[in-house]
Amino acid sequence: MGRKEKEHADTARGKRLDTRPQFSKNLLTIAMVAAIYGLVSYLVYSGNASRQLSNMLISISVYVILAVSLNLVVGLLGELSLGHAGFMSVGLFSGCLFSIATADMMPLTLRLPLAMLVGGLVAAIFGLLIGLPALRLKGDYLAIVTLACGEIIKNVITNLDITGGALGLDTGTIYSNTKTLLPFAIILVFITTIAMMNLKNSKHGRAIMAIRDNRIAAESTGINITYFKLTVFIISAFFAGAAGVLYGHSFANVKAATFDYNMSIEILVIVVLGGMGSVRGSIIAAILLQVLPEALREFSDYRMLAYSVLLIVIMLLNASPKFAELKGRWSIGNLIRHLRKNKAQEVANHE
Amino acid sequence: MIHFVQTLISGLSLGSIYALIALGYTMVYGIAKMLNFAHGDIIMVGAYAVIVVVFQLAMPAYIAILVSILVCAVLGVTIERLAYKPLRQSPPLTVLITAIGVSYLLQNVALLVFGSEQKAFPQIFSFPAVNIGQVSIDGITLATLIVTAVIMVLLTLFINNTKLGKAMRAVSEDKEAAGLMGISTNRTITITFAIGSALAAIASIFYGATYVYIKPTTGSMPGIKAFTAAVFGGIGSIPGAMLGGILLGVIEQLSKTYVSTLWSDAIVFGVLVIVLVVKPTGLLGKQINEKV
Repeated sequence: MGRKEKEHADTARGKRLDTRPQFSKNLLTIAMVAAIYGLVSYLVYSGNASRQLSNMLISISVYVILAVSLNLVVGLLGELSLGHAGFMSVGLFSGCLFSIATADMMPLTLRLPLAMLVGGLVAAIFGLLIGLPALRLKGDYLAIVTLACGEIIKNVITNLDITGGALGLDTGTIYSNTKTLLPFAIILVFITTIAMMNLKNSKHGRAIMAIRDNRIAAESTGINITYFKLTVFIISAFFAGAAGVLYGHSFANVKAATFDYNMSIEILVIVVLGGMGSVRGSIIAAILLQVLPEALREFSDYRMLAYSVLLIVIMLLNASPKFAELKGRWSIGNLIRHLRKNKAQEVANHE
Repeated sequence: MIHFVQTLISGLSLGSIYALIALGYTMVYGIAKMLNFAHGDIIMVGAYAVIVVVFQLAMPAYIAILVSILVCAVLGVTIERLAYKPLRQSPPLTVLITAIGVSYLLQNVALLVFGSEQKAFPQIFSFPAVNIGQVSIDGITLATLIVTAVIMVLLTLFINNTKLGKAMRAVSEDKEAAGLMGISTNRTITITFAIGSALAAIASIFYGATYVYIKPTTGSMPGIKAFTAAVFGGIGSIPGAMLGGILLGVIEQLSKTYVSTLWSDAIVFGVLVIVLVVKPTGLLGKQINEKV
């Protein structure tokens, strides 16, 4: 039985449709994020966080949002987008330009959320533009188109005067430190996570996964492919753009060249490592892949090498039926079930 | 007018390189139905192989070319065996991500082995420039064009007239049915990769002879542009790859000369997006209908 058929069988047995365990899983994810941020905020505001950690917090949050939003396209819709950094870049520059223009008019508490909204909306428009070809294309061709769009965005932003050209945009006037930005980052991460999880468990999410599993079958059951594909691209781009604005505020200068194909691949690595379609996986992987390179600085030459090996190995393992069996046997859920069964047996023996 | 013709000829020079790379791309895509993202990086490896053989082992150029072809073919087959073969039944997304992984792996291994600074490619052959009136064509441009055209004709003949070529076409059309007819699908795809990678080696020699400097990321951009060319011409079509490559090179050169060097990448990628959206089958490609 192929993987696809097995997935269908799972859906048919109602695994996906049973929403109750999904609900507790979501609670677990949110609790996990809340616990991490609780600890981190305590460390930062009590002054116990090392400079290194507090410098990384914003970029970790940004990568979490990027990975969770890319997961919507890659994991749920099953299309490869290699232009996610491009969406981020568009959002970043438009949001930061807005923020710079209004820097004297309003305080950060109002300005940053508005800038995020502006950046997110502009990115969403680009998401729509790139989503349009996605209606006609899929698979390899779509991946190449998203890659091309990301490169075009980079090229255009680098050559425009308003965005500072090749020297980059001077964001010194709107720069804020980690302590100021952290609450915004936390709220944005929560909004993204909850939005994605709700979407995944909604009727819409199931429709999107149906398109992934079999487009023609989904279409024949009356799912509007155009609508859902565009929605996915728009939402995904929106959050990437908003994250970009946050990212832009944490630096004194941003260059469009940073947000290239390599960065898109980096986000893709996070999504693949965390597990395609899994929100919690993306969050954990984003944190890991940001903290580990920092912790293992002496091996920094090997970072991209390790990423590439990671990509290949995970893909090969996921495709191997033996590994799937092992993973099923040793999953946390299964272990808990196993323990419970043992305990029940013990009680029964006792009686 | 002379200026315009000279620009066209520079475009031809660029385009012939793209065409040569695109031939390998289209070959692998047409038969294995997978986008071998690592194709551009195999070119980089081929170029380094020539550099090592000529400069470090001090061997003559023809041995370097043979070694480079051999290294690339073996590398291509190894990649196919280790990374792509276990994924034959997997969805295209999985294969594509793996191919990206392989591309990064090659780049980063090259980075560790050869360092990030660029290395000069040996001058293994020199051709005299040809002058027609006031227009002059570089010898290497002509040589690339001729070699690309010869390879194109040979490949077409090979695919249309030999038993192996027939097997390749059968595998490309329907893997399972081909298997039932007694064709070894795996062997056919392996041979396809060997040929595609050998073509990459030849491309690397002409790339090196034209652009001289090689670094670990050398292959990725020409690789992506050559894929653009292959799609432009209609992926899977061998004459299409040549046509697409040359057209793309000319477009890029024209936009560099008449618009701006800064915008040329955006224009080239814009062409790709437009072609894919308007005519995904490319100039010479065939329409394939999708069945449930």
